[in-house]
Amino acid sequence: MEKKDVTGHIHTLETFGLVDGPGVRFVIFLKGCRMRCKFCHNPDTWNGSGKEWTAADLFAHVRKYKSYWKNNGGITVSGGEPLLQMSFVTELFRLAKAEGIHTALDTAGEPFRTDAPYLAEFDKLMELTDLFLLDLKMMDPEGHKRLTGVENSNIIRMARYLSDHGRKMWIRHVLVPGVTDDEQDLRKIHSFIASLKTVERAEILPYHTLGIMKWKELGLDYPLDGVPTPTEEQVKKAENIMIGELFTKNQASRLS
Amino acid sequence: MNNKLFDIAWEGFEGRIWKLEINTRDFIQKNYRPYDGDESFLEGPTEATQKLWGVVQDLQKQERAKGGVLDMETKVVSGLTSYGAAYISDDSSLEKVVGIQTDKPLKRAFMPFGGIKMAEQACETYGYTPDPELHKIFNEYVTTHNQGVFDSYTPEMKMVRHNKIITGLPDTYGRGRIVGDYRRVALYGIDYLIEQKKNDFANCGDGTMTEEIIRLREEIAKQIKALNGMKDMAKLYGFDISGPAKNAKEAVQWLYFGYLAAIKTQNGAAMSVGRVSTFLDIYIQRDLDKGILTEKEAQELIDHFVMKCRIVKFARIPSYNQLFSGDPVWATLEVAGIGCDGRSMVTKNDFRFLHTLENMGPSPEPNLTVLYSSALPEKFKKYASRISINTSSVQYENDDVMKPVWGDDYSICCCVSATQTGKEMQFFGARANLAKCLLYALNGGVDAKNRDQVAPPYRRITSEYLDYNEVIAAYEVMMDWLAGLYVNTLNLIHYMHDKYYYEAAEMALIDTDVRRTFATGIAGFSHVVDSLSAIKYARVKAIRDDAGICIDFKTEGDFPRYGNDDDRADDIAVWLLRTFLTKIKKHHTYRNSEPTTSILTITSNVVYGKATGNMPDGRRAGSPLAPGANPSYGAEQNGLLASLNSVAKLPYHWALDGISNTQTISPDALGHTEQERINNLVQVMDGYFDQGAHHLNVNVFGTEKLIDAMEHPEKEEYANFTIRVSGYAVKFIDLTREQQLDVIARTCHKTM
Repeated sequence: MEKKDVTGHIHTLETFGLVDGPGVRFVIFLKGCRMRCKFCHNPDTWNGSGKEWTAADLFAHVRKYKSYWKNNGGITVSGGEPLLQMSFVTELFRLAKAEGIHTALDTAGEPFRTDAPYLAEFDKLMELTDLFLLDLKMMDPEGHKRLTGVENSNIIRMARYLSDHGRKMWIRHVLVPGVTDDEQDLRKIHSFIASLKTVERAEILPYHTLGIMKWKELGLDYPLDGVPTPTEEQVKKAENIMIGELFTKNQASRLS
Repeated sequence: MNNKLFDIAWEGFEGRIWKLEINTRDFIQKNYRPYDGDESFLEGPTEATQKLWGVVQDLQKQERAKGGVLDMETKVVSGLTSYGAAYISDDSSLEKVVGIQTDKPLKRAFMPFGGIKMAEQACETYGYTPDPELHKIFNEYVTTHNQGVFDSYTPEMKMVRHNKIITGLPDTYGRGRIVGDYRRVALYGIDYLIEQKKNDFANCGDGTMTEEIIRLREEIAKQIKALNGMKDMAKLYGFDISGPAKNAKEAVQWLYFGYLAAIKTQNGAAMSVGRVSTFLDIYIQRDLDKGILTEKEAQELIDHFVMKCRIVKFARIPSYNQLFSGDPVWATLEVAGIGCDGRSMVTKNDFRFLHTLENMGPSPEPNLTVLYSSALPEKFKKYASRISINTSSVQYENDDVMKPVWGDDYSICCCVSATQTGKEMQFFGARANLAKCLLYALNGGVDAKNRDQVAPPYRRITSEYLDYNEVIAAYEVMMDWLAGLYVNTLNLIHYMHDKYYYEAAEMALIDTDVRRTFATGIAGFSHVVDSLSAIKYARVKAIRDDAGICIDFKTEGDFPRYGNDDDRADDIAVWLLRTFLTKIKKHHTYRNSEPTTSILTITSNVVYGKATGNMPDGRRAGSPLAPGANPSYGAEQNGLLASLNSVAKLPYHWALDGISNTQTISPDALGHTEQERINNLVQVMDGYFDQGAHHLNVNVFGTEKLIDAMEHPEKEEYANFTIRVSGYAVKFIDLTREQQLDVIARTCHKTM
């Protein structure tokens, strides 16, 4: 199969994404994820094969939105988990970078491995990615497993790897009251971010309940039934702990 | 011409041609000063502004409390000098710009020339009893526009009107949409304008009295009378406008008198102000340079002028209010644009006009319109974007597509319709319901609702599953019939309007040798596109009743919908527009006007929807049509920009009367910080308009706010809560509940 014919399984396309990367973003949601986060707002991306697109066709479609991006926007691939369709994303980003389009990858990092064959592939993608949006759910390995079904060691490793290779990152944390707002854990995230060299911005994403409908439509029980969305004060407080003064110098965080 | 007077008034102004003939555009081009700075020079409201605006707000509150109308005239027929001088406030010295329509602010004038029945009905609706003497005069001695039209309609015209396949026709209300070049009053003074019209009169025809020449001669005579009347009207306020304005204050006042003359004599559906901002800046800048005006005073002038535009009122009948909800006037006023020579036409005054929305809060009127180009100064684009985000009171229209057609001195004469200022007028033509036309094509011209044989009894489509080619063939024939009848109905209406309700005051400020456009319109656009797409790409089964009339559809399978940037559906949209316009163009149009069309429904999409049956795209009978060129509710699956891209594919030159698109964006989805939101909105508009799209109404708020405003209209914060609807702005609480629900149902773009 020629490279340009590599196909990806697409969940949905959002032409007007303004909160997943810098500026105006074309967000491509891919199908498939191995994590089972209890607060997932896209459970409909977990399984199934979605619509199949070749990288070349999808790129031809995506580039119709170039006029909206100028120097402040581009493509974000999200999911699902985009690292599960790495060769597709790599080809899409290769086409994008050939036209100077900004690329961002919204990943939870779980599929990341450190064996040589994996890294050989990963490095190719890394070279073509301008920005990584990395979700950090929790630092505590046990808690992470309870919350998401998987351990977080690969995620931590990927963040370090990106940092060591000078790759720009935004770290994002979904704040679920009583679930991911433990002060001690937030402090650990803070220290972890501080230990990374290339984090440009850290964000608290307030948990919302708009995904519950999707669980119901899929016939699934929603594990966080009854959990409220965080108040503004709770968000502020978490921001103070997790982000604090991290970015006061480079003005990159949303707080600055 | 009193040369000395002109020497003083024109002191310091550059240029030659505009001094030899009436040529406002040339004056502007030779004298305006482009501004590419930011908004930091702007001044807040003066004490006088605050006091006056306080009075107006108080009156508006009383008006709402009285059910939408504060006061009505029942005895005096509105004319240029029907009333003496009247003011907003008891302290008339507060008003830097004077003149109101009647003897009290917000009091609605009695305007019977469009139709005595409607004038009376409007009064009675709100509990007023018009003078019986007026009834006698306008029934026994005077023919009104409405009377003339209904005396002459054919039975077929009455039938289509009744069945609402052609609807919203200006036969029960003034056609409006004529923008006088009100700037001429300031630049030249009335006497010079009269002199020029007299010259035209002397040169009108070669002595052979054809009907055309006779009519034109009479019209010029009426125009001259109107010009004299304007002088008398101004005199009542203590102003002599026979000569040109000598300073900024006079320029604003003279120009406003021109507009006031229009709104005292006509109650057209759209009474637009025009492209006055850059023009007035020239006078303001001259006074600022001379040191005889401060920025504070300049802003005050603009604030007071805008306040006058905010209180224009007309008496309307219920059926009119259903069509055009929220008491709109379409006092449309343009800012920005790029000149033919490539210079930005943004002046400080464009900032001042937008700034009125900060000084006096959001407002639907005047209908502030930014003539947009991505090449406008960045700081201006950002300021406009900020005002949009905070007030939702601004609309954007693409100067890059309009300028090649209309030049760089056009005005918008309603929502989205351009006319060259002082050189053109248009015959407004409401809309043909193409969705209904499609149903007629399937049913051989029978209206499924009441079983009237409305259209000619062409062969019905009888197959169980609809075949695309068969449907298209039938639809083309039905559109041919509709286009012909539509054009001829309009021909008749406009003949009568010219005859019995001629716009002398506006036409006096337009060249005698006027170019006319004939503005038809399309309703139900997206539903036709999606229905045809369903027939082409899915399987549509027709459900017929015992009489064989198709009353519903069962659509099996997926099909592409307009609004997703999918060429399969969007190509049908382009085909539909072009096909309809081509059919319109075949027919003779009144006074050799140039036929155009629009995809614009204003709020009439709700009323049109009521009269339209089930559609193959899944739209249910009676539910509102999608407004203007908007994709249908729920059709958009790929977010705002895909929707914008679909609309942007419609070529403007096939819809020269405008392509309206209204979008609502949730503030959270637009960015985290105000600066991000501003930048992102500018980017969206740059990207959209660079593709050749025509128009965008931008609302920035969440549905929660709309629902709260609907449930709690009494809350102070909603008194002036303005939203943009298909080509105009409206106070949300002034809409009917049905229309409010319709607005809420429309997609609010947010991302998760």
